[in-house]
Amino acid sequence: MSTKIEEKPETETEADEQTSPGEQRRELKRERAAEREQQIQEELSEAEETVGIKVFRFDPEVADKEEPRFDSFTVPFFRGMSVLDALVYARDTYDSSLTFRHSCRQAVCGSDALFINGRQRLACKTQVSDLEWPIRIEPLPHQDVVKDLVVDMEHFYEQMHAVEPFFDPDETPDGELEEQRQTPENREKVKLSTRCIWCGACMSSCNIAAGDNEYLGPAAINKAYRFAMDEREGEDRKQERLRIVEQEHGVWRCQTQFSCTEVCPKDIPLTEHIQELKREAVKSNLKFW
Amino acid sequence: MYEHDVIVVGAGGAGLRAAIEAHEEGADVALVTKLHPVRSHTGAAEGGINAALHEKDSWDLHAYDTMKGSDYLGDAPAIDAFAKEARHEVIQLEHWGMPFSREEDGTVSQRPFGGLSHPRTTYAGAETGHHLLHTMYEQVVKRGIEVYDEWFVTRLAVTDEPNPSDRTCHGCVAYEIATGELSGFYARDGVILATGGLGQAFDHTTNAIACTGDGQAMAYRAGAPMEDMEFVQFHPTTLPSTGVLISEGVRGEGGILYNDNEERLMYEYGYANNDGELASRDVVSRAELTEVNEGRGIEDEYVHLDMRHLGEERIIDRLENILHLAEDFEGVDGLDEPMPVKPGQHYQMGGTEVDEYGHSCVDGLYAVGECACYSLHGANRLGGNALPELLVFGARAGRHAAGAVEEEPEIPTGPGAKSDDWDEESPAELGAVDATDPIAADGGAVATPQEVLEQAVETERERVETLMERDGINHADVRAKVQKTMTENVNVFREESNLKQALKDIREAREEYQNVAVADPSRTYNTDLIHTIETRNVIDVAEAIALGALARKEFRGAHWRKQYQERRDDEYLKHTLYAWNGGNPELYYKPVILEGHEEKYEPKVRSY
Repeated sequence: MSTKIEEKPETETEADEQTSPGEQRRELKRERAAEREQQIQEELSEAEETVGIKVFRFDPEVADKEEPRFDSFTVPFFRGMSVLDALVYARDTYDSSLTFRHSCRQAVCGSDALFINGRQRLACKTQVSDLEWPIRIEPLPHQDVVKDLVVDMEHFYEQMHAVEPFFDPDETPDGELEEQRQTPENREKVKLSTRCIWCGACMSSCNIAAGDNEYLGPAAINKAYRFAMDEREGEDRKQERLRIVEQEHGVWRCQTQFSCTEVCPKDIPLTEHIQELKREAVKSNLKFW
Repeated sequence: MYEHDVIVVGAGGAGLRAAIEAHEEGADVALVTKLHPVRSHTGAAEGGINAALHEKDSWDLHAYDTMKGSDYLGDAPAIDAFAKEARHEVIQLEHWGMPFSREEDGTVSQRPFGGLSHPRTTYAGAETGHHLLHTMYEQVVKRGIEVYDEWFVTRLAVTDEPNPSDRTCHGCVAYEIATGELSGFYARDGVILATGGLGQAFDHTTNAIACTGDGQAMAYRAGAPMEDMEFVQFHPTTLPSTGVLISEGVRGEGGILYNDNEERLMYEYGYANNDGELASRDVVSRAELTEVNEGRGIEDEYVHLDMRHLGEERIIDRLENILHLAEDFEGVDGLDEPMPVKPGQHYQMGGTEVDEYGHSCVDGLYAVGECACYSLHGANRLGGNALPELLVFGARAGRHAAGAVEEEPEIPTGPGAKSDDWDEESPAELGAVDATDPIAADGGAVATPQEVLEQAVETERERVETLMERDGINHADVRAKVQKTMTENVNVFREESNLKQALKDIREAREEYQNVAVADPSRTYNTDLIHTIETRNVIDVAEAIALGALARKEFRGAHWRKQYQERRDDEYLKHTLYAWNGGNPELYYKPVILEGHEEKYEPKVRSY
């Protein structure tokens, strides 16, 4: 089996100006734009309702976006529509340069935490019907904006890494590994803390983190909790973990405002976990004192 | 230019496992991923990890179930290695801190899953993939392995000898999304592709937006064929409005499927008289769609999955995540009412042709995880077999790339493995539209690895410049066209006329792709450019799926043909290979290997 490869001239100079590939592409683009315009009108008029979204725009290297601004888009509403659906529609229909992170669409990859109507939420699991319209969509506050809705997550990742976020038992057995035991109660104890998807909503909502760039923040402290409370790691490692979170920019900075707990899309009781680590730290200090 | 011993492309489960293993063997490893590792789609896996842990269970039972599940299209050397090593990998993961669900005595819980002769699916609630992904990323952090996150690999740097089996992969070209910088990544010992699935070739899929078949398509154009691409798993329980997955764990725990007459369809209509809801995924998906086609579907679209009788306590304990998904993405309370479900594209059994160490026919080029085909899953993957696969074969490829494997592979790859050609004509033209895309150096001239890389970077730079500078149409239209035709014509039920239509539509899409352009002029975080490049990969993998499906005139595993309702072992006990062949693709076959470590597997009737 074989197929022939059709060779087409690529550069405009080789072809007649009227039919050059560049001209054809421009013509096709015009046709598509006209079709799209018609399609948009149809979709908007067929939809029972349309929803307006106002989206933050910024690009440091594009002339008319260097100054931050908001763009408004009108999107046909359907039952079950998420804020992410509305953003995707706006991008694929009106402006392909509209930029935001998204991947799994089911609240597990943690890419699309945004500031939606004044609150940190995951765009994919936020229903358009639950919000006031028009919907205002901004990047996460307290983080540098890279472009449009994309923020620089580097600082967040650094804080996560600062708590040594990895299972690291006191002793590692030699030879063929045997399964370790963990009580169902202990597994239950760490269960909620293991649900973190690193979306950064909590850190963005935290006043302390906003004022103290070195504060570990709720997500990192929750990560420390996840390991400190896991009975498989051992007491020595737990003490080291408590020392990390007890540092100047650790658990004691938390003023229990619960903003992180309120915005967490995985319902992790972050503030409680921070409080519990404070208590553990006090207990262990008394013990060694 | 960046330089490492081993470069792993993609940082989901398979990539992370490969990187850890190569690092343990002393290699300087880097992970290059278009996402951040924790954003990878392994995190969406729900159900579990199969491994024979119990005394009453054994690796050969696991191997037998996997071979039967594959409908005898798996290669025994891959299946046996997999089943033998899965136990070690699961225990290893436990020692890395994986928060498995536990029994009262503190041992790891295991539950029944479809197509398994023993309850051997370990799990962590209904969010096993999330925990596996994070646990392994944590181990990567612990080891200080370098991660280039949000770097999109667009091309492999491979020499251009005429026979792909003579070629060598020296690295890859990656685009830093934040800055628009294109760089060469020189891999002294090997490139391991771990780029995941290709669900974006369909419009109703459980896969992430990022699952665009990048690895399969890149390796294909570099000379490593795609294998068994017609075998696409449609998961029987996805939410109708979004494609979000409802784990097989629901049926494993006792969930029941009902049609519009409130009949327990699996038994009522004889789809699986022994295993019922726990038959293999392909069987259940066909059952559901048959119900809908025969007028017993709900709203002519879906069926009901009911778990209410399991009781709130058990549901919260083992399936809590399912309640959140049903509530957030379908507005249904699973404790109060049955959940609407229908089949959706879920997993690609086929992928880059590799041996049981994940090595392709191109020297130094590996593939592992969903983008690879060893072949382990054959014509149908069993639920709970994907996560142990990425552990076992991630580790094997990492070890091999680091130079720590001395055994010769038993699975042959490349043109030398060919047994026969497909001798029919394609209904549409295939492959490249414009002049062939050079792989690397000119005319087979001997070139240093650095020259091969430099040339690859230059080719990519020109391609990006062209897309950025010219005027043209939006790639999203082209991608939508492919997704639409694949979902309409290359779905659970396949007919010749539909498959031909799909190939014509894909050809049209490919010709239109010649006219795409990137409207966003920015070098900063240009997702318009990223998605435009991905769409080309989507076209290549879609073509391989549709042509493989047209060529295979039998019903085997997930591949159902209206005119050919029997498995035809006399004719089709063989793998489909699809080779780029310099832009002039070629479809051919190679035999299945049924000779295992202990015994030869005899194809039997596959009933559940």
